[in-house]
Amino acid sequence: MISSVAGSRVLCGALGVAGLLAAAELAGRAGLVDPAVLPLASTILARTVELATDGEFLADVAATMQAWALGLLLTVAVTVPAGLALGSLPRVEAAVRPLIEFLRPIPSVALIPLAILLFPDRLDMKIAVIFYASCWPVLINTMYGLLEVDPVAKETLRSFGFGPLAVLWRVSLPSTAPFIATGVRLAAGVALILAISAELIGGGSSGIGTYVVEAGSSFDGLEYILAATVWAGMLGIVTNSLFIGAERRLFRWHTARAEGAR
Amino acid sequence: MLEISNLSHTYGSGPSAHTALGGIDLSVAEGELVCIVGPSGCGKSTLLRSVAGLITPTGGRILLKGVPVNQTPDDLAVVFQDYSRSLFPWMSVADNVSLPLRRRGQDKRQRRESAMDALEQVGLADAAAKYPWQLSGGMQQRVSIARALAYRPSLLLMDEPFGSVDAQTREDLEDLTLRVRGHHNMTILLITHDIDESVYVGDRVVVLSKSPGGIAGDLRVGLPGPRDQITTREHPEFVRLRAEVGRLVRGMRSHPAAAS
Ligand SMILES: Nc1ncnc2c1ncn2[C@@H]1O[C@H](COP(=O)(O)OP(=O)(O)OP(=O)(O)O)[C@@H](O)[C@H]1O
Ligand SMILES: [Mg+2]
Repeated sequence: MISSVAGSRVLCGALGVAGLLAAAELAGRAGLVDPAVLPLASTILARTVELATDGEFLADVAATMQAWALGLLLTVAVTVPAGLALGSLPRVEAAVRPLIEFLRPIPSVALIPLAILLFPDRLDMKIAVIFYASCWPVLINTMYGLLEVDPVAKETLRSFGFGPLAVLWRVSLPSTAPFIATGVRLAAGVALILAISAELIGGGSSGIGTYVVEAGSSFDGLEYILAATVWAGMLGIVTNSLFIGAERRLFRWHTARAEGAR
Repeated sequence: MLEISNLSHTYGSGPSAHTALGGIDLSVAEGELVCIVGPSGCGKSTLLRSVAGLITPTGGRILLKGVPVNQTPDDLAVVFQDYSRSLFPWMSVADNVSLPLRRRGQDKRQRRESAMDALEQVGLADAAAKYPWQLSGGMQQRVSIARALAYRPSLLLMDEPFGSVDAQTREDLEDLTLRVRGHHNMTILLITHDIDESVYVGDRVVVLSKSPGGIAGDLRVGLPGPRDQITTREHPEFVRLRAEVGRLVRGMRSHPAAAS
């Protein structure tokens, strides 16, 4: 039943996209939209497919995804332990709270020029910007998840004589894991946006953003810019669904229990 | 085995302070099964949590095998009332049961064997590979009993362990408790609000008075032979004790002679 509901959702989404593309195509062919402003949908689609065979563009995609993966990895490696520490030590949390509240609202894109100054290497710069933007969802979800850990579960382990660290490792971390995973999924989306933004603003030798900047100076650049944008969107959708799939597999106990409680 | 002297506990401080326990003296001999009954809110769970070292009582002293309890003692297991929250949903039933055995310094194979042994005793050997949330409430409570049994504690604490299962399962679990304590020489402290249950499973019934809890009565249960759900409950001594405990729980003076 669940799969048929998911199936019909996918179908609805596909129909929506197809409808929108058809409308754009018709508007272009009827002369309602100047192709110099918005090329025909069919042209963009053709360019999108064409890019799949363009070795240089694929190298750009690889460069973006490399920065994305490294940035995300760094985020998880640093932020999850930090969130666990903050969540378990209320005094430390109270001390750094003002700093977090100050830093969090700063738009990450606004920090790209600063990152360019601080990190001469373009990859380092991208990773730093990605880290800054994507650490928040992971940090907040880790801390929030820790608050949700059932005190009875912790007491159970404690009653068998386990110490605080063992309780953190064997109870708090596993029960927080689904929340952390959701944070990482949100962070993955943010990380992709920031990777491309950093390339757009910071330049560098390769990346989807760099490709777009370079395409802007050529004659039929608009078509390629839009095709590259479609690629970026698809990368976002694919990575997001991979994360959702992994969450479903890993945290079956979480969803199954939530359904049982209902 | 267990010596509790003048134990008191006050939650909070200042005007909102609440005294849950007001001076409890209780001693439990090795191998005894003591039931603790009392009205809701009289401090039964507070008493159990103090003995388990989960809270530090504000007054009095608890000695377990002559050693003061200040942290969670090593040789003790707790069966919580809330089984669904006390089992870990991310682990299989077998892993839930074997996890505490790490404290016993057993290797993986030994832990696995002890866990299967304990699950066998509670009749759940088939469910070892399942997850707790795939089991019924009664089965989950049996898993948490198996977990406590596998640990082989010398003192087992049970906080209203059969409070939220149906009547039939409840009787089965009562008999299970009686059976396993015969196998392992365990001392058991069982909290319940069910007067019949306390008389049926206990060697002794300790009645706590209304808040702040103190000891209202301490009765020895002298029922003949192995207990049986039908015949034991018909026995005149069972009927007399049940009335006596009921009177004490309701805060009436005890009149053993008047019970006929
Ligand atoms: N953490 C706490 N903070 C403040 N008061 C508490 C706390 N835990 C329990 N109390 C209070 O202490 C009293 C005794 O609580 P306790 O849980 O020991 O009762 P109980 O006999 O186990 O009740 P029940 O049969 O309903 O489980 C109650 O009045 C309760 O409101
Ligand atoms: Mg209680």
